[in-house]
Amino acid sequence: MDYIKKTRYITFNYLFIFPAVAIFSLFYIYPFIKVIHLSLSQWDGIAFKPSAFVGLLNFKNILFNDTANWWASMGQAGYITLWALTFQNILALLLALACDRAIKAGAIYRFIFFIPPILSEVVVGLVWWWIYDGNWGLLNQWLTSAGFAHLAHNWLSPSLEEGSRLMVRMLPLTCIAIVHCWKGFGWAFIILLAGLQNIPRNLYEAAKVDGADAWEVFWRITFPIMMPVMILVVILTILGAMQGFVLILAMTNGGPYYYTEVPVTRILDSMRNGHFGFACAQSLIFGMILLILSFSQFKLSRKMQKA
Amino acid sequence: MTKSKFQILNLKFVICYLFVICPLLFIVPGCAKAQENAKPVKRIVLWHWLADREEALKTLTRKYKDLTGVEVKCQLYAPSDAYAQKIMAAGQAKALPDIYGFLGEKRIFAAFIKAGHIADLTLYMGYNNGSWKKKLFEKALKVNEFLPENEYGVAPGIYGVPIDVMNIQMLYNKKLLKQAGLDPNNPPRNWHDFIAALEKLKQANIKGFVSGWGETWLIDCFAHNYAFNIMGEQKVIDTIKGKVPYNDPDWVSVFKLFDQLARKQLLVSGIATMGNKTAEQLFANEKCAFAFNGSWCVNVYKGMNPNLDYGVMLPPQASSKYPMVIWGGAGLSFMVNGRSKNKEEAIAFLRWLTERDQQVFLAQETMNLPSNRESLANIPAILTQFADDMNNITHPNLLPVQESPRALEALTKGIQAIIIGVKTPEQAAEDVQKVKVRMLKQEAASKQ
Repeated sequence: MDYIKKTRYITFNYLFIFPAVAIFSLFYIYPFIKVIHLSLSQWDGIAFKPSAFVGLLNFKNILFNDTANWWASMGQAGYITLWALTFQNILALLLALACDRAIKAGAIYRFIFFIPPILSEVVVGLVWWWIYDGNWGLLNQWLTSAGFAHLAHNWLSPSLEEGSRLMVRMLPLTCIAIVHCWKGFGWAFIILLAGLQNIPRNLYEAAKVDGADAWEVFWRITFPIMMPVMILVVILTILGAMQGFVLILAMTNGGPYYYTEVPVTRILDSMRNGHFGFACAQSLIFGMILLILSFSQFKLSRKMQKA
Repeated sequence: MTKSKFQILNLKFVICYLFVICPLLFIVPGCAKAQENAKPVKRIVLWHWLADREEALKTLTRKYKDLTGVEVKCQLYAPSDAYAQKIMAAGQAKALPDIYGFLGEKRIFAAFIKAGHIADLTLYMGYNNGSWKKKLFEKALKVNEFLPENEYGVAPGIYGVPIDVMNIQMLYNKKLLKQAGLDPNNPPRNWHDFIAALEKLKQANIKGFVSGWGETWLIDCFAHNYAFNIMGEQKVIDTIKGKVPYNDPDWVSVFKLFDQLARKQLLVSGIATMGNKTAEQLFANEKCAFAFNGSWCVNVYKGMNPNLDYGVMLPPQASSKYPMVIWGGAGLSFMVNGRSKNKEEAIAFLRWLTERDQQVFLAQETMNLPSNRESLANIPAILTQFADDMNNITHPNLLPVQESPRALEALTKGIQAIIIGVKTPEQAAEDVQKVKVRMLKQEAASKQ
């Protein structure tokens, strides 16, 4: 009797989670398995079945034949991520610390800082394109009117006549990284501010009574308590920056040359060219790299937290 | 007792939810679609991506409904990139509409046909001694045609109806040319004169040349125009086949044209990442004297600056060895879904759409070149200038072989590198050849 009751109880519970499991399997697990299957095949994205099973050929071609462009695009995404991890997050933390205090019109600041993330990425890209434009762009106009005409450049595709090879190589990517930081700091700001506001105020009061200065308060109270929030922000920043591509499409379309290509634009190109199998293999490699990055970051931060 | 009744009711509700309501949520919309399909349909659905044709097409579909009682539901999905993805996804789901505009390379076109997404129209074109076919521009039809023993293994035939045609040429602003002391009625005909004109414009502080070379297909187009002019069609085909390397002196000469333009600073700043829309704005707003753009620009410029006074010319010849040819062919082509239940109605509509009156209306409303040759007499003057050169057109889809996308990417990116000065023409040519060799090897390996 007990057995029947227990079975009925379990069946009843499984019935409840069945719709969620079914939807999850259909929209997450099945596509994931399908991507693995397609990455081992040659498929143009149009025929109903992949034309041939090619084993690991797509992976071999990415890792050994298409190395220059693929790894360069990875490095370029890494460069944008580095900017986001440093400048974007430091700015977000500083602003969050400022807004955490009882300042006048704090709510207005919070609203203003959160405007960039809610704007459409394409629109932001196009607006910044006009700012950076070398012919009639606002940035060059401001520089010229401020007496720095010699600093005016064609920011998104400078030529060797305008500066060094390094400048030509890095300037367009740096311009995109700056826009990415501008667009993204609001998210980090909101998450960090929420974390800061959860810290009990009596800890600060006790520290003050003990004679701690502002730096000591930050380093010994704020920073350790905020560590889990910061880990979250760092992981979200890495994932967001590495996977960003809309700004690039709107501002440079991956050019000039391959200087602003990132892995997602490479994957998109493969898909547009009808190499879906290859694109799936690229996606899997990219996904694995992101997973490893996020996991190592998480592990490292946990170690630091324990220490 | 009350509690157990409540439990039973609760259990009944859960079972009812899981096994009746949930499945119904999925089944009901499906049934509705099935019922809709079962109706005797007098409605056909048409997809396209061209916002500038939307209103004119809608007007014509209303007229067609009044005439025949068949409703054509016109649906616009822009921009073109998103549209190309949409038709691919719809093809996979076998959810393509009765008629749709196709966007993509011949290789992808062939894949659509092989998957049964596009109907063969050869028979319909041939009816009545080929009267429909004869009305249309031959080269525009050829873009939608597969010849016997084509490399894609597609059954020979005509698979699309060109609604309008286009070609890509050089445009010049008459006012700016005059300002620089050049004769606006006698634009440069050869490369030497073109460079001299650009230098004169530069001296007059007028930006010389603009094109949307951030979109690599426009670089590809410009480069291939000059490749045809410098080495002839056969050598270009031999290059695609792998018989002639990209570091051949003739190809290096093509790359050198870009280098010359860039090093002499005759190009508008930022051209290597400039989209065509921006390039069109610069030319329309009289910021640049020369532009390289397609015949669709007539409508765009009209919208941006109705008073723009400009002329159309063939790109100036860099060599007298071979004639200058330009990219052209079908602008917008409509395909009939091979699985459509309304195939006959769809084809009848397309036949009507390509008749003289409708074509004149489309040309006047959208400022695009009509695909019906009989309509040319009634089109605006500037379009006539484009139409005059329809005999000089070529298109990658007209060639018997197609270059691999990776090699084309290397070519166009290499030219961007030349423009910004980080590669010499010789280096860029070497890079393209390396990619070409790799692609040929991969192709051979996949055939094995």
